[in-house]
Order: sequence, then C-alpha cells, then structure tokens
Amino acid sequence: MAQVAYVLGDDISTDVIYPGRYMATVLPTETPQYAFADIAELNGKLKAKQIAPGSVLLGGKNFGCGSSREQAVSTLKGHELIIVANDFARIFLQNSINLGLRTISCPGVEAAVGDDLEITETTLTNKTTGKTYAVVPLPSARRAIVDAGGLIAYTRKRVMERAGGQKK
Amino acid sequence: MGMTVAEKILARASGLASVKAGDVVEPKVDLAMSHENAALVINQFLEIYKDTGLEPNIWDPTRVSIIFDHRVPAESQKTASNQKKVREFVAAQTIKKFHDIRGDVGGICHQILPENGYVRPGMVVVGTDSHTTSHGALGAFAFGIGATEMASVWSLGSVLNVEVPATIKVNVTGTFKKFVGPKDLILHLIGKISAQGANFKVIEFHGPTIKKMSTSGRLVICNMSVEAGATSGIVPADAETMRYLREEAGVKGKVEAVLPDKDAVYEQVIDIDVSRLVPQIACPHTVDNVKPIKEVAGKKVNQIVIGSCTNGRLDDLAIAAKILKGKKVAAHTRMLIFPASGRIYNQALAKGYVGEFMKAGAVVMNSGCGPCLGVHEGALGDEEVALSTTNRNFKGRMGNPKSEVYLCSPAVAAASAIKGVITDPTKGAK
Ligand code: SF4
Repeated sequence: MAQVAYVLGDDISTDVIYPGRYMATVLPTETPQYAFADIAELNGKLKAKQIAPGSVLLGGKNFGCGSSREQAVSTLKGHELIIVANDFARIFLQNSINLGLRTISCPGVEAAVGDDLEITETTLTNKTTGKTYAVVPLPSARRAIVDAGGLIAYTRKRVMERAGGQKK
Repeated sequence: MGMTVAEKILARASGLASVKAGDVVEPKVDLAMSHENAALVINQFLEIYKDTGLEPNIWDPTRVSIIFDHRVPAESQKTASNQKKVREFVAAQTIKKFHDIRGDVGGICHQILPENGYVRPGMVVVGTDSHTTSHGALGAFAFGIGATEMASVWSLGSVLNVEVPATIKVNVTGTFKKFVGPKDLILHLIGKISAQGANFKVIEFHGPTIKKMSTSGRLVICNMSVEAGATSGIVPADAETMRYLREEAGVKGKVEAVLPDKDAVYEQVIDIDVSRLVPQIACPHTVDNVKPIKEVAGKKVNQIVIGSCTNGRLDDLAIAAKILKGKKVAAHTRMLIFPASGRIYNQALAKGYVGEFMKAGAVVMNSGCGPCLGVHEGALGDEEVALSTTNRNFKGRMGNPKSEVYLCSPAVAAASAIKGVITDPTKGAK
C-alpha cells in the first residue's frame, strides 16, 4: 500500500521539479535536496524526511514536460517516491525507466493527500474512496530495461557481450 | 505500405527494409550531441564500464559533439569544474566536434550543429537536450534523450529499444503578413494541439509556406515542436536545405534527401493557412497558453530578451535591428540580446546590428543560452514580467518562480522594447 503525500496539477515541468539554476549539480547523490525547490512546503517536507520512501506524488496530465534534464528524475528517485499521473512527457518517462523511478500512468485517477493506493501491474485502487482505475502499461519496448534493473545494467550487459564476441 | 520520413530514416538506421509506427528498433546513431550535461553523461558512462575490466572508450568519437552553451562563461565554481572535467575527457577521447567558450566558433548547440554542417538529411541525431528536435529542420530524425541514455549511446553507438513513433502531418499554406513568421506559426500550432498534442509523435511539416521558408525559420518550428511534446519535428529536405548545407554550412560531397512515400501513413493531418495569422503570444506558465497579441497588448514589460536556440539567428536580429533603428528602449525596460553563435555575432557586427542595438540602449551579451534557462545573466525580480523570443515560459524558467514569462517573435520583442509594453508590430507596418 502506498500513501499519497502530495498532490500536484497538470503540466508539472522539469523546471518545477528541478529548477534550472541547480543544473550545475549533476550527481544523483547530490540532486535530491533540490527536489521541487520552488515549492517550499514540498521541498521542506522532503528534506526533513517527513515524506516516507514509497510515498506517492500525484500529478495530472503531461507530468515531466520540458527539458531532458535527468536531475528531474534522480532528484525524485533519491527520495524513493512513486509518481502517479494521468500521463507523462516522453523524455521524462524514458529517463524514469532508465534510472528506475517508479512512474504509474493512470488516466482519470483521483486521490487526495493521505489516501491509500493499491497499485498492481494493471490497476490502481484508491482504498480510501474505493475507486479502481486502469494502469497503462509501460511501453513494451522499454520493459527489457526495467527487467534488467535499469539502463546502466542493461547496457553493461550488452558491452560485455560485445567484448566476449570479439575475443572469440 | 508507404513510410513517413521518420520511418524511412529509422528503417535505414536499423538495417531494415521497412518499419512502421509501433515497431521496436535499435537505430544506429549518426550524431550524438551533449552540452555541459556531458559532465553527467561521463559519470554514467564510467558507471557502465565499472568492474567490467574493459576500457571506457566512446564507440566513435567522430560522431560525438560537445558544446558549452548553457552556463557560459561559467557562473559558479561547480560549473567551471564540470567544464574542466569535460575538456579533459574530450581531449582523452579525441572528440573533435567540441566547441568551447569562444567568440568565433562557440555558441548554442542547436545553432552550432547546423552551421558547421554536422547535421545532414537522413541522419539519426540524438542530443541530451529536449530541443534536439531542431535538427529535423535539415531533414534528419533528431530527438532528445537523457544523460544515461547518452552514456548508453556512447558505449554502443545505437539507441536501445526505440519504438517507432507515429507521424502527424502539418500542411502549411498562405503567405505571412509583414512581421508575422515561423515563430507565430509554431506558437499557433502548439496552442491548437496543446503541450502534449504530439507526445510520443513526430510532426512532419509540408506545404508551400514551408517550401518558401528559410532553414533559419524551419529551425524555429522544429525547435519548438517539442513544446507540443513531439519526439521530433521534420521538414523533408529540399532545394533550400541543399542551399543551406552548401552555402552556409560548407558541406561538400553527396547529400541525399529522405522524402516520405506518396502513400505514407499519417496518424493525423492538420492544415494551417497563415495568411490571416496575427502575432501570437504564449502566456504564463505553459507554452500552449497561446493568445493572439491583441489580448495581451499593453501589458507592461520589465525585461525583453532576444536570443536562444529558437530566435537568436541573423534574420531574427535583422528584424529587430530594423525596428529598433534610431529608436530607444523604454526607460523602465531592460533589453538583452544574445546572438545564437559567435559566427552570427560576428555577422551582426559586420552588418551594424550590434551598434544599432547598443545605441537603442539594449545590452548585447555573449552567445549562449543566457537567461533562457534562468541560471545566470538576466534573472527576473519578484513580480517582474519578461517578454522573450525563447521557447519556454514555465514557472521559474527565467530564474524566479514569482515572475512571469511571455513568449513571442523577434518582431514583437523589438516593437515592445520601444514602448515598454507588449506591442503589435503589424499595427502601423507598411
Ligand atoms: S537556448 Fe534555452 S532552450 Fe535553447 S538549448 Fe539553451 S537553454 Fe535550452
């Protein structure tokens, strides 16, 4: 069971998730402190660890629109959040899959802070309201990357295979 | 079944006779671009090779380009140190398509790649920047990726598990009114189909208006295709593309256009007639909040910005210089101008534009991204309003979440600078 910790609106851009002025900070270990830096309440709660790992941030449509900055994903991954939204912008979704941030595309989902959600591969049930919604599966093409444990591991495997092939 | 430009390019790059939307392919990459975020790419690249006992070497350094533009000259110790780290990596890996902070060959990545002839029709181009869509202006399939994805490309030379996107065809007819142009067209389209109207899709531009449009204008519409969510914006290569490549980008040797099949399958066809289009403004805080100028005309503006990978090219500066010549920037307004590259800056100097701008009271800054992403140079104060030829107006984009950014064409920006309020340049235009 995952609890909704914060509710955001539509078109949450990467500038809102991770403002451009912190882009000089690149290391995934250093980015979490700047998550939602311009939403003082949310940033404060995250930094004070008042939002437990495994909690849900709820967005509307087009979550993660804007730039390709991977900090917008590593900053959320650093807090081990689950992002539930109607849908996601392409590059953000791709980056999430690559880095292992859990994103749930769930059109029409409705929930409030404190609601408990039960999320499976195909459905999301809001235990508090009793409503169930369909979950859109990840692009099938990307499934293999998730299964491999992220793009670094997936690519490493390919690099090793290539090296093995050359030796023969 | 016929193929779109994107399908043809992806088929060729994946070694397949044909592909269709929804297929999963692994295209070889012709050009891989990064900017300062190469610092993160390097980190992830080394991570891939960690404990493998293998040397971390880029698959083909001639296909990699790195350009410093986002924070130039460095605004902080951190950026300066990252740039230093990237320079060392560039030297170690012998990356030749590297553009450091320079007044001659430096500039914004999305201007540097085209003007140096690095991008050609039919290429697969990836960049760790969402506006990599720009390069579709030259008939390439170009899209933005994250840093880890780029580290994977540096390792393997291909993009793993790409789903072939469906294509939306946009057919543009009519002649623009004076002081209305490509920026107004793309803002209008984004307003019409919304910020996610083309998410996971390609926009292919056609029609007589596009045929007549310069490569500079095509770069504007492909650049901002991503603001409708598009994976890529593409103008099929034609005579103008060849002219640009030969005359402006110094490309020699064979260049082949990739054109869509007559029976290509489009998910949707959108027709736009620009003959009655008026200047368009994207209002805070989303790019699809687009209004005809009369709805916001008269709004007081604190800062005007002309520049960026969208509208910092010579023709943009020419329009602004024409409007500003002999006039003054309003007393309560600041005007900042950022030529998109060192080459353009030098051309603007030679043509006298820079002198006109400075006499009018504008500040002409170094080439680079400048205030577009709110890192340094030109941050806004609380409750201040900016009118900018850049491509994003998200909350906080220009460095302050309590400010507002409106997006417009260079003509609107220049006319508004004189009055200090949002001003329609077509009013009173002869
Ligand atoms: S000018 Fe702005 S949009 Fe273009 S590459 Fe630079 S930061 Fe990105």
